Amino acid sequence: MKRRKFEMAAVPGNAARGVDDRFQVATPLRRLLNKVFPDHWSFLLGEIALFSFVILLLTGVFLTFFYEPAMTEVVYNGSYAPLRGTPMSAAYASSLDISFDVRGGLIMRQMHHWSALLFMAAIVVHMLRVFFTGAFRKPRETNWIIGSLLFWVGFLAGFTGYSLPDDGLSGTGLRIASAIMLSIPVIGSWVTSSVFGGEFPGTIIISRFYIAHVLLVPGLLLALIGAHLGLVFKQKHTQWPGPGRTNGNVVGERMFPRYAIKQGGFFMVVFGVVALMGGLFQINPIWLFGPYEAWVVSAASQPDWYVMFLDGSTRLMPAWEINIPIGDGYVIPPLFWPTVVLPGILVGLSTLYPFLEARRLKDTRSHNLLQRPRDVPARTGLGAMAVSFFIVLTLSGANDVIADKFQISLNAMTWAGRIGLLVVPPLAYYVTYRICLGLQQHDREVLVHGVETGIIRRLPDGRFEEVHQPLSAADGHADGHGALPYAGWVVPKKMNRLGALGPAIRGFFYPIEKPAEAPVSPGHPPVEPRPEREEIGSGESRR
Amino acid sequence: MTTQTERPEIPRSRQPMDVQAPGLSQFDIVREGARRDDIEIVHYEPQVAPGSKAERRLTRTIASFFLLTGLAATAFLAVYIWWPWEYSPGSGSGKWYTPLLGVTLGVALLGIGFGILTWGKKLLPKEVSIQDRHEGAVASDDRIITGQTMLYMADELGVKRRPLLGISLLAGLAPVGAVAAAPLVGGLISQPHKNNQMFRTGFAPAENGEKIRLVREDGRPIRPADVSAGGQVTVFPGIDHGVSNLHADSPALLIHLRDSDAQESRRANEREKHGGYMWGNFAAFSKICTHAGCPASLYEQQTNRLLCPCHQSQFLITDNARPIFGPASRRLPQLPIEVDSEGYFVAKSDYTETVGPDFWERP
Repeated sequence: MKRRKFEMAAVPGNAARGVDDRFQVATPLRRLLNKVFPDHWSFLLGEIALFSFVILLLTGVFLTFFYEPAMTEVVYNGSYAPLRGTPMSAAYASSLDISFDVRGGLIMRQMHHWSALLFMAAIVVHMLRVFFTGAFRKPRETNWIIGSLLFWVGFLAGFTGYSLPDDGLSGTGLRIASAIMLSIPVIGSWVTSSVFGGEFPGTIIISRFYIAHVLLVPGLLLALIGAHLGLVFKQKHTQWPGPGRTNGNVVGERMFPRYAIKQGGFFMVVFGVVALMGGLFQINPIWLFGPYEAWVVSAASQPDWYVMFLDGSTRLMPAWEINIPIGDGYVIPPLFWPTVVLPGILVGLSTLYPFLEARRLKDTRSHNLLQRPRDVPARTGLGAMAVSFFIVLTLSGANDVIADKFQISLNAMTWAGRIGLLVVPPLAYYVTYRICLGLQQHDREVLVHGVETGIIRRLPDGRFEEVHQPLSAADGHADGHGALPYAGWVVPKKMNRLGALGPAIRGFFYPIEKPAEAPVSPGHPPVEPRPEREEIGSGESRR
Repeated sequence: MTTQTERPEIPRSRQPMDVQAPGLSQFDIVREGARRDDIEIVHYEPQVAPGSKAERRLTRTIASFFLLTGLAATAFLAVYIWWPWEYSPGSGSGKWYTPLLGVTLGVALLGIGFGILTWGKKLLPKEVSIQDRHEGAVASDDRIITGQTMLYMADELGVKRRPLLGISLLAGLAPVGAVAAAPLVGGLISQPHKNNQMFRTGFAPAENGEKIRLVREDGRPIRPADVSAGGQVTVFPGIDHGVSNLHADSPALLIHLRDSDAQESRRANEREKHGGYMWGNFAAFSKICTHAGCPASLYEQQTNRLLCPCHQSQFLITDNARPIFGPASRRLPQLPIEVDSEGYFVAKSDYTETVGPDFWERP
């Protein structure tokens, strides 16, 4: 009997058939492979957050192998000589060990911290993109809410993680957090005492934060991120207006292979940048802060950047204490307003914004086309207001450092922040609004009159005027050309954008190909201006 | 796959193509697949001609990115294994361990990243595809069907006709929800006023009435002569674990005021009926800021102000540590002190005001 020949080439086909027989994946897989994504650089900001989250999971798992979430007092006996013999918590000692006695531990810790900062930064920038382009409008309000929740859950993840090393700086942060909980009217002391298991700091908070940081909060983040991406997938991505792009279609690339390859490459770039930062830039050098001791703090104690706005609001808050003279008397401390009420208002405003705007504009339609910020001056102004509010608070969170470095009085900095917080946002609104209107007007002007060419022509009567290149063909308009309607997308404003510049020649030191669009034939001179460009001239006679 | 199609409008009703028909190219099948998903590939254009100089050059670039990755990753492993990594004080080659790991790892990852990106962006054909969104197109029928199905289910359950079922189910489920919450709340909840802990610090006299000594961070008691005029020292209760986070609310700042300041301070004390809280020119104030609990520890000798570095509250020591700037609304509690028979500082009693950040039921 003849042995059947084993055909190597048939293996993938047979395997694929076998899989499809069992799971019927051919159709859904085709849909996935074919899904079209619109492309624009600003759609990649959210991905940075996603990729940082993956890096956080990878480096975080490594850290858990060495970290000990306990507040039992130990005497440090590791490699870092300046702290040897110091009593400290096991959590701090194991964090020092990760930094000094675990091979490659420090870079993992620093990559973890950097990617956490990047995660929050990417979330914020992505959120600004979504806000300013109107991507949050119907049907995407749910995803906007999930996104803003992601910021606050990320905030929680950041804060719990920041507290884990139990060093001098993070312990101070924890102390402030306990004071914030205490400040809540009626239930404050109960909340604090329950969270800390007694009086601050107690002996259990680090273990509780640990399980929150490695299980509960990441689980929540994972669920929210899953829902966020699922909705993007289901509702399809928004797109900028442009040729062929309508509210009812998606113009872009199919997901595979080019789009997916670019995503993969981008992930690797983000990962690489985080690795470089983790290796080269020091972050949170806990060994310099020492163990947490309730009576030690140093000047210039700043939290991570995304907490600084709350620190700033706390610093700017005037000492307004509300006393309620019933019985022994009750107090609402000034700390309550900037740290509990303000974030509450911010969460409420940000989640409700899509509905507020839709209600104001009586807008119930679905929007899949993005808007340029200049075309919606009121929203852009509000966004600028929010950003300037955040920036004033963040700067105030570092007002002691600014005061010190620039030799300004600390009290003056505080007052500047207090006044700035009230004055700067409305100013930002007004200025942004006017800038938007100006940009709109300029777009219209170019559409009507054409692009400035930079060529000055002298008329027979001696006047000078600038030559404009109209964007549309003549249609009997007074200037000899027609006006184009504004399409919600970039209007070319430089001659180079209209092809006035010759074709680029590829190659770094020498051309690698002959320029394609310069046909040289014996009958024609090598460079012949195209007839439609005749209109632009220096005024010299060509004939 | 170097086809270029220009087909701006999508045919609406279309017979599916027979993909097993002879003579179809691979791209024909791909395009048919896309059409079945309401995608029209309207533009598909190679960026480089096959076999061209540009293609060879790009291939070389991408290959060198990948090779760079291999090189950097190998270097990472070599550094990881052989470079001295243990910490030693001063400067040594160990200081370069983490930076070298970062650079090699970063270059390795960036190499893959840029290699893949160049491959995808420069070498693969450019395309423009248009996919329909299908929003709200077919919904109306389905909406009616789904809605009716759900209403039908509700009717079958018959809660409307048999209200007792619904009420009893709710009545039964509510306690189950409470059961789920009970262990969590019950386990976590902690009475904040146990042992009067929010109003009591380590300086409270011992049970036999013995007054608690003021000690330094190393546990040694303090004599008046140990602190020079204008000087200050952080003091702790001289009890077990007095110098630890177990008594996080206790630490105080013992300040030796100069004569004129001390007189002013005493007058302020008299006004507040705190006469006798000072001993000589010495005064002790809680170090725990009444705002957010940070140690208010930056003492400015010239102005007698104590600054909290966390939120910049400023307290005027000579006026009962009254807050004069910043977000703090309450003065730092003063610790009444005296000197015992052996010449060491002791606390006359505990703080007479609540120490630390404010809360609702603070009297």
